[in-house]
Amino acid sequence: MQAAHRLGFVLLLTPLLLWLSLLILIPHVDMFLVSLRERVGVGEYATSLANYRSFIDEPLYLWTFARTAVMSVMATALTLLIGFPVAYYIAKMARGRVRSALFLLCLVPFWVSELVRTFGWMILLRETGLFSSLLQWAGLVDGPVEMLYNDVAIMVGLVYTSMLFMVVPLVTTLDSLDDSVIEAGYDLGGSGPSILREIVIPHAMPGIVSGSIVVFMLSLGNYLTPIMLGGKDSLWFTELIYSQFIVRFNWELGAAFGFMLLILSSVIVWGTLRLTGQTLEKTMG
Amino acid sequence: MTIPDLECTDLTKRFGDTSAVENVSFEVPPGSFFSILGPSGCGKTTIMRMIAGFLAPTSGDIRIKGRSVLDAPPNKRPVNMVFQHLALFPMMNIADNIGYGLRRQGVSKPEITRKVGEVLERIGLPDIGERKVDELSGGQKQRVAIARCMVLEPDVLLLDEPLGALDLKLREHMKIELKALQSAFDTTFVYITHDQSEALVMSDNIAVMNAGRFEQIGSARDLYYRPETPFVASFVGDSNRWRGRVVSVSGDNLRLRSESGLDLCGNSHGRPVSDGDEAEIFVRPEAIRLGRGEADIAHFDNRLSGRVTSLLFNGAASRILLRPDSGGEEIEVALPQSGEFAHLSRGDTVHVGWSSDQGNCFATETG
Repeated sequence: MQAAHRLGFVLLLTPLLLWLSLLILIPHVDMFLVSLRERVGVGEYATSLANYRSFIDEPLYLWTFARTAVMSVMATALTLLIGFPVAYYIAKMARGRVRSALFLLCLVPFWVSELVRTFGWMILLRETGLFSSLLQWAGLVDGPVEMLYNDVAIMVGLVYTSMLFMVVPLVTTLDSLDDSVIEAGYDLGGSGPSILREIVIPHAMPGIVSGSIVVFMLSLGNYLTPIMLGGKDSLWFTELIYSQFIVRFNWELGAAFGFMLLILSSVIVWGTLRLTGQTLEKTMG
Repeated sequence: MTIPDLECTDLTKRFGDTSAVENVSFEVPPGSFFSILGPSGCGKTTIMRMIAGFLAPTSGDIRIKGRSVLDAPPNKRPVNMVFQHLALFPMMNIADNIGYGLRRQGVSKPEITRKVGEVLERIGLPDIGERKVDELSGGQKQRVAIARCMVLEPDVLLLDEPLGALDLKLREHMKIELKALQSAFDTTFVYITHDQSEALVMSDNIAVMNAGRFEQIGSARDLYYRPETPFVASFVGDSNRWRGRVVSVSGDNLRLRSESGLDLCGNSHGRPVSDGDEAEIFVRPEAIRLGRGEADIAHFDNRLSGRVTSLLFNGAASRILLRPDSGGEEIEVALPQSGEFAHLSRGDTVHVGWSSDQGNCFATETG
């Protein structure tokens, strides 16, 4: 009996352990070791911090690194700003079928692949695209307008891609807020903005933080959207990692870049949790 | 004449084709405890939400201290509400919960601290300001929810079945406490409930509501002894009910032959009941006198003998079920706790009687 119990436990645990060790732990350890290698000759390596030094010494790398971080934070903030009213409407105002329909609408874009979705935006935004033609037809502009390949286009793409991951946790937390608590706020003399500030947002904080963390991670690690909508000069950090690994065959530097990205996201997530007074258990549990 | 704190005239609310509240009028004098009692779904919560401002009436008027509040949104009305599940703000501590309304009014910080301290003192929980909502017991939360409203000194406090979630013992205790708080704060309370004992114990006046209308407004005593409609007679307290045809009428006294063949004397208490009408008679189990022999009940004009079919022991509220020898349905009779009938058992023959005054008779609406 006791043995069978143990066997069941081991069997349940095995997939998790395999996943954690094979796909997460081992590659990261290996990548860390690679990032500490320096090529001194053909097939000769020495352990050093040279890769990290070249990351710090090269302004373009640092600039791209900082830019990616700032843009991701901005994309997260924008997604939150747009997603919150959407989630509030779905959780608190919509009823029955409308509610499920709206929820489904948030999900629909994810039925097609990210590549196709991004192409959709390209069709709309390119020089010969829908918006450009519309503007010309309306006589607002003289010639075709190129709306692709700039930071705004990247931002639009990032927000669009991440919306669902913000809306779902927000709907879940807002759903758990009893309507009568909001009514009590009004009854005691609260106005709309004060209820939002003192009651709704504090209640939704775990959802806001967990949604933000997920969206931030997705934006930071996004490769396709910045490249396709931002063009060759989009200066996204994942693009640097890609070119080091694939174009230049400089795995050592690529690995160092990868580690920098990991450290960056960990620091920002930790900082956000500290700043908002939330814990990982509260937001993810 | 003093202006009533709350006055509703011809209040009506329709949702589409169904009307939830139909022509309800009442007034609540200052400092009194008014209850609306009715089965669930009768529209009492709708009335409450209209007074609080969460629903707009289809027609009719609501006046508070003589001024119509129909145009005021909920956050501008001089009424506050204790919600069914209390709706304390879980994200704030107790002091912030109670101070919420004051902060919204722009009261200064030291003033808020003073007022919150005062009201906590009054509800007998002076040291809980720093605690979290979920650290309190059910009864304490109840008192905090009332304090949160009372600190704003509303003209009228609305209470929406606030005792529903408590267990029986605590509920009994809170009934007395609510009544004490009401007189301590000297504020008008409007209380809605489906539990008649809550309404009867606490209220100065009770409105019994059914299917969107008020059946009767009166003191607990009026509703209990002098119900004006068959619904009130059957909803407030328990009743034995006989349906039948009136065979003779003299003044308010009348005789009725029930469908099961019993001859009963009743009283119409001024209601129009005439010879040959279909009518119902309601008699309370506690109005029926139980006797061992016929001599015990000789002075009553309704006399029956029968066999005990069940003993329903429930402490002070124990009853027996009795099947009359002359036929008909079982009669519920309260069991006196004087010890006289302590050894009564199933199958015993007993005699029961009651005066015709206790038999409330209503003509049934035909058609």
